Amino acid sequence: MEKNDHDDKQGNGYSRRGFMQFIGVGAGVVGASLLSPPLRRPLKAEDVGTIFPASEMVKVRLAVNGTVHAVLVEPRWSLLYVLREIIGMTGTKIGCDRGECGACTVLIDDVPRYSCMTLAVEAENRTITTVEGLMKGEELGPVQTAFVETDAFQCGYCTSGQIMAVEGLLRKVESPSPEEIRLGCSGNLCRCGAYPNIFAAAGKAAQLKSK
Amino acid sequence: MLPKFSYIRPDKLDQAVAQIQAGNAAIHAGGTDLLGCLRERIIKSEKIVSISGLEKLRGVRETVEGGLRIGALTTITGMAEDPLVRKKYPGLAMAASEVASPQLRNQGTLGGNLCQKPRCWYYRGEFHCLRKGGNQCYAIEGENQFHAIFGHDNICVITHPSDTAPVLSALGAKVQVIGPGGGRNIAVADLHVPPRDDVRAETVLDQGEIITHVDIPPPPAGLYTSYRKVRARRSWDFALAGAALALVMDGDRVVRASIVFSGAAPVPWRSREAEQALAGNTLSDDTIDKVCRAATAGAKPLRENRYKVPMFRGMLEEELRKARLQEKA
Repeated sequence: MEKNDHDDKQGNGYSRRGFMQFIGVGAGVVGASLLSPPLRRPLKAEDVGTIFPASEMVKVRLAVNGTVHAVLVEPRWSLLYVLREIIGMTGTKIGCDRGECGACTVLIDDVPRYSCMTLAVEAENRTITTVEGLMKGEELGPVQTAFVETDAFQCGYCTSGQIMAVEGLLRKVESPSPEEIRLGCSGNLCRCGAYPNIFAAAGKAAQLKSK
Repeated sequence: MLPKFSYIRPDKLDQAVAQIQAGNAAIHAGGTDLLGCLRERIIKSEKIVSISGLEKLRGVRETVEGGLRIGALTTITGMAEDPLVRKKYPGLAMAASEVASPQLRNQGTLGGNLCQKPRCWYYRGEFHCLRKGGNQCYAIEGENQFHAIFGHDNICVITHPSDTAPVLSALGAKVQVIGPGGGRNIAVADLHVPPRDDVRAETVLDQGEIITHVDIPPPPAGLYTSYRKVRARRSWDFALAGAALALVMDGDRVVRASIVFSGAAPVPWRSREAEQALAGNTLSDDTIDKVCRAATAGAKPLRENRYKVPMFRGMLEEELRKARLQEKA
């Protein structure tokens, strides 16, 4: 069994994730600097471009849900890992971690992508939206509301990915046909088989959004 | 967690070429295949050169001759939805829209789709197979229901996973390549390497070479294109059997025929037998029957994939009937 991103935490007495949630998001630089690997800004040389050395933490700026997070990352870290374990936003789920199930779906520049198949360093200077970003204060956004009202889940593990796939679809197509909905959700697996209600939720979400 | 690597994102193409030459650098375009290959230790590389910042390699534009030049970094979604692609070569848009899932199409690029690694479960799994430098192909005697029925020569029985390559090959497209020694172009039909030539190589590209564009010649009058992908489930999967057609029609007569299969062979598989049986004839029931029988006459199925022979025949029959309907309309 392959090690996944969870197994690779650096032991410092408490989980980084818990710590980050305690001090709040946006303080990534302070939090990560306690882990004391060498800190290095990416080199920006005229003849090379951007270089991130292999074993060093480098600072990248990730714009997530309207807030810019300056975080220290290794080049090999996925956006999924950084969202959950460094920034502390756990709404995005880890499923297969190999680009097949869709649980980790986020929007990058309004377009659904698998965050497990995206390096965090590749998401620099892009606009990232996670399921947390669909909230309007303490209220659920229209796609989230539609999922609740149509009972579009059983166990709920795939739900945030499904919601982001639908959100991405509706940002592109205001009022999708049933076929467009099925295609839009086709990159997201639901092992409980809640598909009929997920498709219904997508239709309802389109109505709620247009109100 | 991926193995450690350094990451370089050049701003200019010549920087990228210089960086990729060195050592065992791997190219990151969309990253959808690369990240999987790094996780599965199929690509062992300590240096990743990301070309994702090279905006000039993105987008579709019309050439003065009336063909298309598609940047290698154009996403699969970008190609599927491009109005020029849809108008000039509907078969290419169909193929692009059938690739993987929406998320992967939004991220994966044309260059990456052409250069992706094979999908055999022994190759992707923990088997040190012939293609990975071992001494045998495990699929020949093992589980081979999704493997090749053509062109494997009992050496390596993978099927080439690309949906876009068969259409581009049928259209006579060429990839534009830049490398340390300068630029060259290669016909898509000659890009992929059959196992008998070199079982370790997927493409004829040298280390340090990057595909920058794909050039498709202008559509001749009467061009009909299509792509069909048969798979185990409707949502997303690799092809069990697929066919790209590029037929030049004069009334109801087929003047020129290109027929390239996916899910068939270790490379996109041009069926010269089917093309010869079709060229010069009308799409009559009799011709269609002959073409389909010719297409599979040379098949060398394995123990568990005999079903693919009638599947290819049946699929091709349906596709040729569709072409006939279209011409009559």
